[in-house]
Amino acid sequence: MSHEAPKSTAATGGNVAIEGVLGIQEKTLVQSLFASQAFWVTVALALICGFMTWYEPHFGSIENFYNITRNFAFIGIMALGMTVVIITGGIDLSVGSIMGVVAVASGLVLEAEYPWWLAILAGLGAGLICGLINGYFVAFLNLSPFVVTLGMLSIARSFAVVLSGNRMIYNFGPGGPMFKIWGGGAFLGVANPVWFLVIFTVLLAVVLRMTAWGRHLMAIGGNEHAANLTGVPVKWVKMQAYALSALSAAFAAILNVGWSGSAINALGQSYELRAIASTVIGGANLMGGEGGAYGALIGSALIEVIRNALLMAGVDSNWQGTFVGSFIVLAVLLERIRGKRRE
Amino acid sequence: MLICLVTYAQNWQTNPDATFCTFCWRTFGLAIFVGMICSDRKGKGPCFEIKAKKSGLLGGTEQVPVLELRQISKNFGAIRALTGVDLSLEAGEVLGLMGDNGAGKSTMVKIIAGNFPPSGGEIFVDGQPVHFNKPVEAREKGIEVVYQDLALCNNLTASANVFLGREIKKGFGPFKWLDHAEMVRRSGLLFAELKSETRPRDLVRQMSGGQRQAVAIARTRLSEPKVVLMDEPTAAISVRQVAEVLDLIRRLRDSGHAVVLISHRMPDVFSVCDRVAVMRRGTKVADKLIKDSSPEEVTGLITGAINVA
Ligand SMILES: Nc1ncnc2c1ncn2[C@@H]1O[C@H](COP(=O)(O)OP(=O)(O)OP(=O)(O)O)[C@@H](O)[C@H]1O
Ligand SMILES: [Mg+2]
Repeated sequence: MSHEAPKSTAATGGNVAIEGVLGIQEKTLVQSLFASQAFWVTVALALICGFMTWYEPHFGSIENFYNITRNFAFIGIMALGMTVVIITGGIDLSVGSIMGVVAVASGLVLEAEYPWWLAILAGLGAGLICGLINGYFVAFLNLSPFVVTLGMLSIARSFAVVLSGNRMIYNFGPGGPMFKIWGGGAFLGVANPVWFLVIFTVLLAVVLRMTAWGRHLMAIGGNEHAANLTGVPVKWVKMQAYALSALSAAFAAILNVGWSGSAINALGQSYELRAIASTVIGGANLMGGEGGAYGALIGSALIEVIRNALLMAGVDSNWQGTFVGSFIVLAVLLERIRGKRRE
Repeated sequence: MLICLVTYAQNWQTNPDATFCTFCWRTFGLAIFVGMICSDRKGKGPCFEIKAKKSGLLGGTEQVPVLELRQISKNFGAIRALTGVDLSLEAGEVLGLMGDNGAGKSTMVKIIAGNFPPSGGEIFVDGQPVHFNKPVEAREKGIEVVYQDLALCNNLTASANVFLGREIKKGFGPFKWLDHAEMVRRSGLLFAELKSETRPRDLVRQMSGGQRQAVAIARTRLSEPKVVLMDEPTAAISVRQVAEVLDLIRRLRDSGHAVVLISHRMPDVFSVCDRVAVMRRGTKVADKLIKDSSPEEVTGLITGAINVA
């Protein structure tokens, strides 16, 4: 492939002058750090952790650290998939219900005494099918993502209930122990789901920044029409985004079943809201075109730490919904204010 | 599985050469994360190579018009945006397209560029009839466009916008990474060529109208196209840059490209075009050589004071 310089008479003359321009970044590294929401969320998180350790020493214990990180790993993995969808300007409300279907599918396969890897494949397959259906309706039939995934939220949950015969599945057969290690085990003192979260975060960050696919996601969120005109395969990319979101929920569900040792059809209820809140708190823009992998991770961490802190401070755990809800609204409000300032 | 087949069928209609295999790959490849990293299905036809072949063709085709429209019409519901427009364009020719607001100029550009199909009529490129289903197909036939609304993504940088849809990649095998440095360098060269003070790493969101136009124009310079359609490329830019754009148009003409310049600025059209066509209410009311016409006559044709030329 030849990338010869544009054949122009002016270019040779301009060569000296443009060297200066090419290096110019709009903002310095520090400036863009201070401008990023994820950075400030990290600061807030550090402050809260510092304060809580001082206020309640048990908070800083290794045991509690293990629990907190494992708890937000599930949401964090879903939030990564959600980030991809939100960057395109869409939304996926069905991830919580998809977790239910995946849990039941994996559980049933294990119960039927099939090996652990078949259970994982069945779970991922069930999730992928849901995601492809979402993606097909949104990308190829041009339906509103809100409506499509809301429909899937209901369909997937009812499927989970029907498939499971409305019972809990915990008789995992011979594949059980291996299956449980994925979500329930630990490595170097950190729960396995946390390792997966870290790996996926790095992977997604690289994909978003370094691949054409990542750039196309951003372009679709920024100006879908322009992306289409310039030759971005908009429909395929959007479909893949929904499939990826569903896959991430499926993976989170598999880990969760492994950790808890049982598959229930109610798994993941209202998790969609927490995943969306995590991405938005981490700096993703619900209007599309903005968002990052690290933001999703740190957003889910902040929610979990605050929840944990409230519990330790003796606040009734039923208040959790209130504060997750307020967080979404607050984060969107913040985004609006930031957007105004930019204009 | 059913859904997948339906998807396949639909895709097949629009893109008959997609094999079932590539389809499966596209759909299920994403089960593996790596599959997505290399999902550059558009990347497999690098524009640079295609163009090299095309520029070889340019020499011998003087007799056949590079672009020809026959009886093109377009209806948007009850609105008749274009009725029976004929137009032909030779290589190395600059055509000025003028007309009042709403005369149908942009609609014509969009039809040629494959944004939507005409309601009637035929389009020929190099004498071959073409039917574009997607803008990329028009681009693959050597038609580059500067859209009136510029078609830019505000959240991306100037260089990302220039290379959108045909990113430069490096890597080995299926692993392809964006070559940021090369894209920045090349877009910097293109902006320098346009004498535009546009920094490749700046976000388009913060740019001035003229800089945005420079980004849209730079995009057409990535390939060696047959036809460049410019829908009001000089609407928001300074005198200095207008001169640069007009200069670019002359250079394009001298290297054998055909250019269509849509503009409301009479001096621009009369300084750079060889021929001027005037549209009024969706029909072409005049098509004559610049040297046989005058600004007064064209103004009359646009407003309707003169009926036919
Ligand atoms: N997508 C569309 N749907 C319905 N009507 C349309 C559409 N696009 C254009 N039109 C109509 O077609 C006519 C021609 O519009 P067009 O944009 O081609 O004008 P124009 O000559 O480019 O004008 P201007 O100089 O203002 O750019 C107008 O009456 C417009 O309202
Ligand atoms: Mg127009």
